[in-house]
Amino acid sequence: MAYAEIITRSRTLAITVAAGLCLFGTAAGPASGLPEDVVTSSGEVGHPGGRLSVALRSEPKTLNPATSVDVSSREVIAQLNADLVHINRQSQLIEPALAKSWKVSPDGLRYTLQLRHGLRFSDGQPFDADDVVFSFKAYLDENVHSPQRDLLVVGSKPITVTKIDPYSVLFELSRPYAAAERLFDSVAILPRHLLEAAYRSGKLSQSWGLETSAQQVAGLGPFRLKEYVAGQRMTLERNPYYWKADRDGRRLPYLDQITFIFVPNADAEVIRFKAGETDMINRVNAEDYSTLERDQGAQSFRLWDLGPSLEFNFLFFNLNSTLPAQSSALARKQATWFRQLKFRQAVSLAIDREAITRIVYRGRGTPLWSPVTPGNNLWVNASVPHPARSVPNAKTLLQSAGFSWKQDGTLVDAAAVPVEFTIISSASNAQRSKMATMIQADLKDLGIQVDVVSMEFHSVLDRIFQTHDYEAAILGLGGGDVDPNSDMNVWASTGNDHVWDLGEARPSTSWEAEIDQLMEKQLSTLKPEDRKQMYDRVQAILAEELPIICLASPNILVGARTELGNFKPATLDPHTLWNSPELFFYHREASGRP
Amino acid sequence: MTARKQIALPLIFVAGVHVIALFAGFFAPYNYAQQNRDLPYAPPSPLHLYDVQGVFHWRPSVCRLAARPEKFGVYEEDRNNCFPVRLFIRGPQYTVLGLFQSDWHLFGVSPPARIFLLGSDGYGRDQLSRLLYGSLLSLFAGLLATGLTLNLGALLGTVAGYYGGWCDAVIMRCIELFLALPWLYLLFALRAFLPLHISPSRAFLLLILVIGIVGWARPARLIRGVALSEKERGYVLAAKMFGASHFYLMRRHVLPSTYNVLVTQAALLIPQYILAEMTLSFLGLGVAEPVPTWGNMLSAVQQYDVLTSYWWMWAPGCAVILVCLSYWYLASALQARAEVIGH
Repeated sequence: MAYAEIITRSRTLAITVAAGLCLFGTAAGPASGLPEDVVTSSGEVGHPGGRLSVALRSEPKTLNPATSVDVSSREVIAQLNADLVHINRQSQLIEPALAKSWKVSPDGLRYTLQLRHGLRFSDGQPFDADDVVFSFKAYLDENVHSPQRDLLVVGSKPITVTKIDPYSVLFELSRPYAAAERLFDSVAILPRHLLEAAYRSGKLSQSWGLETSAQQVAGLGPFRLKEYVAGQRMTLERNPYYWKADRDGRRLPYLDQITFIFVPNADAEVIRFKAGETDMINRVNAEDYSTLERDQGAQSFRLWDLGPSLEFNFLFFNLNSTLPAQSSALARKQATWFRQLKFRQAVSLAIDREAITRIVYRGRGTPLWSPVTPGNNLWVNASVPHPARSVPNAKTLLQSAGFSWKQDGTLVDAAAVPVEFTIISSASNAQRSKMATMIQADLKDLGIQVDVVSMEFHSVLDRIFQTHDYEAAILGLGGGDVDPNSDMNVWASTGNDHVWDLGEARPSTSWEAEIDQLMEKQLSTLKPEDRKQMYDRVQAILAEELPIICLASPNILVGARTELGNFKPATLDPHTLWNSPELFFYHREASGRP
Repeated sequence: MTARKQIALPLIFVAGVHVIALFAGFFAPYNYAQQNRDLPYAPPSPLHLYDVQGVFHWRPSVCRLAARPEKFGVYEEDRNNCFPVRLFIRGPQYTVLGLFQSDWHLFGVSPPARIFLLGSDGYGRDQLSRLLYGSLLSLFAGLLATGLTLNLGALLGTVAGYYGGWCDAVIMRCIELFLALPWLYLLFALRAFLPLHISPSRAFLLLILVIGIVGWARPARLIRGVALSEKERGYVLAAKMFGASHFYLMRRHVLPSTYNVLVTQAALLIPQYILAEMTLSFLGLGVAEPVPTWGNMLSAVQQYDVLTSYWWMWAPGCAVILVCLSYWYLASALQARAEVIGH
């Protein structure tokens, strides 16, 4: 295209041309024609109009994709923006998004992405390679402190991004990286015309706060910002320039508006959904699910149990090599118990995981023996053994490790010190506190005295990650992608979330060294089957050595109004709104809701 | 009703409740920590006087519950599998007042049947047993904390009222300070400093200490008022003239005159402190699981689902209302009696 070359030559000219194009765009109306490279959705053809209301458990903190870290902000930002390559939430596979195709060099180091032609941001400005280069420059800039930066640094060197022509971009990696396309998912492409000035003056991380006017925010997502009312709601309206259409050639999204209503907690979310004030509900816990289930028949909503999620909850002991300086004699004693594999195995054998899923998740969960849940059907190692609860076997293990029992049944170690420890868990997570109480009762059968302390979530994290002043803890990890790369930070001994032993200079055990090796190797292996084999081995080692004792995974439970069309909840985050452009209402008119 | 009867009724009730609490192990059919994981949120067991054939039995029986596998918390009674309720039955071991051990229980059924007169909680623990064991901690926390408060209050109040001057001024400013402190937030801060591992008995003592020390200011102010007016009375002045010591005057004349105030205050403070214990345990600052107190039992009702689906989980709330009402009734009866005597 003619104007494209001008942009590369002269900036001033580029702006004039862009402005002219914009005028042309508004004069002809955004609906005048679909972009050249439109994406056709395969979903059911619906009818336009309608407003969708969704509850958010906390207010978003920012609209800036480069600085957002909290779930609420990300949920909103996902509706406002688009990425180059997208992970389909349903199939868990990658699909082209803003990039229509890409080529990988044989050595796996160079990715050439072809961008779609004729796309526009939600303010009508055209999109091209400069926006892509600008976005990655911003994410990789250390002064922006973007959470995406860590992802985009492969092999300790950042990815380099070069524009080849206005519609193709070259990404160069310093070493081969398995499933590199998945890195592009959720890396939102920013509008250069709106943000470059802020970036140049070093203020990018402060821009697009919640007080920004709707005209100043634009993206390539299905919706654009309309209104934000502090403490109450955020309203998004349909992006008239969106680049997807249905099979009849009608531009998506169907919905006129999405309103995010801020609610204080899960109970309020359930009550609003029951009252019909919201149209869908996400991440329902099992208790609320059964309350909703009771009223399902009388009301106009449907509930879905999507089966196991990616979240895994686990008990782990403090295996840090550096204990706090003032730690007591008991703490040092405890550390020697926790380090014994047989002790950890005995604890694992004594825990009744079936009962945990039955009582904590009311049967809507899966007992776990490995951190990869059955929800991750691409990567789970099905051959990890699932030993059933057995107190006698656990006792045999303890006996062979030199433990014995006193008259009253108390377990004592070789030096006759009674075995006792404290489990910390987050007070705001009733389910994990419940697990702790059940483990307390389970381990009493072994003669172990367990105390449960529920504390504020931040104090739990502080003790685990900063002071290392704890004995055992229950945590849950989840979300993210299905690919093993997203768990690198947990399994690698130098990882930030290597919870049981943080800040190791080098792996303190031989099996940790093996995991490190396998994880490193799979990272640069390009053949998926070979990677699967290596990750299977990692799962087997984890199940054998038990640095974390996996307990259970909750099912994903969601609900939606029956009149909502194309509702296809998925295992990956965000479970419900991932296909928001295709959602529509069957019977409701455009102005059906006040 | 005569004044005597007005006092007697609530007094007997309150005393009865405390005696039951002391012997919780005997009245409770099960241990408070025993989980029946196949019976979470089981409803209160119905007692049957007629068996399946319709034959009447004097001895009531309870039937086994079968969980419906597909539905959580929904049970079916197996009428063909019933067990008679027995009085004075041997069951799990317990200790009375930490002194002697026993395994005799007032009532129970032989396993595998379970008797849950007040249903079971989310872990399948008998709610009645937990309520009884919980009453031991909750009621005695109120009683002991009140004892502590009143002793402190009487001592400091009498001293302040009797001596007056700078001594009075210091104590009064202290009282004002104590009344102005934001206690709940201080307690949260305090919990952060305490070690992770606190045994239930130490947590209990700490709880009493905290509640008792926080509360002394109000009764001290009342008693100071009484002491102020009392020390100007003719017989006190007369005794002083005869050379009675300060200590003698306070012990013989000033303190006894505060008796009525103290008794009424006690009847008012005990329920208030039972509620304070409940508040702290409800917020997770009190005794930890699995040891029950009415407060931490009631915290289960925070969940919307539990609140709306399982009415028997409200039992600790109902119990505390009954106990508090009878204490307040007792307080007003005591007050009325004090006025009669005063005239």
